[in-house]
Amino acid sequence: MPAELAPAGASGAPPETRAAAQDGPPVLAARGLTKHFAVGGLSKQSAGGGVRTRKVVHALDGVDLDLHRGSVLAVVGESGSGKSTIARLLAGLVPVTSGSIMLDGTEVRVRGRRAFRRYVRRVQMIFQDPFGSLNPVHPIRYTLTRSVRIHRGRLTGAALEAALAELLERVHLTPAERYIDAYPHELSGGQRQRVAIARALAADPEVLLADEPISMLDVSIRLGILNLLKDLRDRLGIAILYITHDIASARYFADRTIVLYAGRVMEAGDSESVTQDPKHPYTRLLVASAPDPDDLSGGDGDLSARQVPGEPPSLIDPPSGCRFNPRCPFATDLCRTEVPDLFDVAPGRSAACWAYSDRPGKPVLDLATAGHRTGDAATGKGAPS
Amino acid sequence: MSAMSAKTTTAEPVLEIRDLSVDYGYGDDPTHVLRNVSLTLNRGEVLGLAGESGCGKSTLAYAATRLLAPPGIITSGEVLLTGRDGRRADLLGLTDGQLRSTRWQDVAIVFQGAMSSLNPVYRVGRQLVDGILAHRKGMPRVQAEERAAELLSMVGIPADRLRSYPHQLSGGMRQRVMIAMALALEPQVLIMDEPTTALDVVMQRQILEQVMELRDRLGFSVIFITHDVSLLVEVADRIAIMYAGEIVEQAAAGDVYRRPRHPYSHGLLGSFPPLHGPRRELSGIPGSPPDLRRLAPGCPFAARCPHVMDVCRTDRPVLGPTAFASTGPGVATAAEDGRLVACHLHAQGSGPVPKALAR
Repeated sequence: MPAELAPAGASGAPPETRAAAQDGPPVLAARGLTKHFAVGGLSKQSAGGGVRTRKVVHALDGVDLDLHRGSVLAVVGESGSGKSTIARLLAGLVPVTSGSIMLDGTEVRVRGRRAFRRYVRRVQMIFQDPFGSLNPVHPIRYTLTRSVRIHRGRLTGAALEAALAELLERVHLTPAERYIDAYPHELSGGQRQRVAIARALAADPEVLLADEPISMLDVSIRLGILNLLKDLRDRLGIAILYITHDIASARYFADRTIVLYAGRVMEAGDSESVTQDPKHPYTRLLVASAPDPDDLSGGDGDLSARQVPGEPPSLIDPPSGCRFNPRCPFATDLCRTEVPDLFDVAPGRSAACWAYSDRPGKPVLDLATAGHRTGDAATGKGAPS
Repeated sequence: MSAMSAKTTTAEPVLEIRDLSVDYGYGDDPTHVLRNVSLTLNRGEVLGLAGESGCGKSTLAYAATRLLAPPGIITSGEVLLTGRDGRRADLLGLTDGQLRSTRWQDVAIVFQGAMSSLNPVYRVGRQLVDGILAHRKGMPRVQAEERAAELLSMVGIPADRLRSYPHQLSGGMRQRVMIAMALALEPQVLIMDEPTTALDVVMQRQILEQVMELRDRLGFSVIFITHDVSLLVEVADRIAIMYAGEIVEQAAAGDVYRRPRHPYSHGLLGSFPPLHGPRRELSGIPGSPPDLRRLAPGCPFAARCPHVMDVCRTDRPVLGPTAFASTGPGVATAAEDGRLVACHLHAQGSGPVPKALAR
């Protein structure tokens, strides 16, 4: 990460120590995270957890991820790729089908209200829609007071006032008096999202799960929210999961990025190299499709949307093998029959594509078509990362 | 993509919006959501209309096509449409009957939410055919159905999808059906109101490439409304940037991107993190868009502008040539002609234009 990205004065740790922090144990980790939703009514299950007779949506299959203190992990994917499901599973809002979630190395078993409270004290969530996530009939004071009292005990009087003011200051809503008695409808979208962040911070969480925190906001104020989250990451050392469909904002904000397609991880690595030198055909398609005013040649030289027609597959009956194979121009029989693991493609990077394996019959990625993008990345790689 | 957006553009105006003003609300204190907006769409051109939510870009499109729902009232202005025979008519002065035949035939709209624009209880084929038959009286139903099938295959959907209900189609396909429907009568002007905002980037690009290809083939003009300026730079020939109910800058797409002249355009472009090139710290624009109900005198952007001057708080700037135009006070370059900006920095005698806006 280039040094100029660290906010002046705010960063508690220079880039090197931040990188070092990533080598330590993750604060929140998931292994083989899988979620299947039953469709068409309740599934008929025999008492012993027998055979499902109903159809299920394979929303998420075997996802591994690590959230480190003071670092941002982005999950990028199209709608329906399962990225919000990750956040909801990690927040304990929906039960996992299989796989495990570990907080500080111990397996999380959220059963019952008290255990849930204990868990959410450390793992808080911010939702996409600040218009829907704040109760419109209560002023900000009420919303924040509830969160403070639930997580910090029965504060009253001056102590409570001080806690509320401090929360609003943390999200740069100053002076606090101007906002504390306002109702949500009196605030702009950006201010509301800041209140939602303040509510999450009331618990002094170690992990913040941000599910598309900026996609409902006006474009000119989105960066303000991202910079605020960046500041919280650096000052408070919070681990942030940033869920987005916008790969450019992942590059801007996140230290590491994982790319999700149809419920499976396609590629993982540090954000800069994933966006500048994508290894997986799907990531390449994603990067080539993003609007890029600097590239006026039109996506002809690269994997363009034209070369890769079609749509994400049905998750009720997902394709066998690699889930991207029906759209992948390089797919072989191997891709159509067997699910690829995540193969290491570079230090700290992996891609779930058979092309990076040593299996016979593996696909050959035509790197020439990636032309100028790879060239860009090669020159950009000189920067410290 | 703009490599594909061919150079068929001529300076022949097909839709001219002049001094259009719109109020929301009745009584003594209506909100002025559009104030004297003028805009010209040339034949064969893709005109991008960019701005944040609430800046009036959709209102402009709806007012110009008289689709504005109460309490929206058009208080002044005219919208001149040049017909295929060269005759010009003011859309705002048409009778209901004339308006009915103009709509869809001359001006068609693709709305933002494809799901809510299609009727969920009818098959898409019927919805296409109904529209065609309403305008082509006397056309046999079979022929209209053939036309509908042809339209679907034109936007890349197999014709057997005519028998599908909207819920059986994916979001991208629904949006394609909407586009097919809009093109059913070969309109001269296609207005696209955030057509791809609800879609993913891959689908967005597929659909836009298709629209641009159809534009080249069928020769219609497009008004493309979106909040995503970086997308517009690729798609549009010309871009108009709106802020708080006014157009603040208008120029060729590449010029807006490389040489923004209005502080708001500059800030808006800096609000999109780049996917390529050097990573840099971005700040967006401080503050938030103004409340149109309580608009202060002067420039509506003054409160957020980094280059604000005293005159900005008192006088409202008008759209005019930039400081670099041959008629302006600065150094004259031919590329600046035709560019318009509403900013006091570009007025005569206001001193040098800040570096960021003088590239």
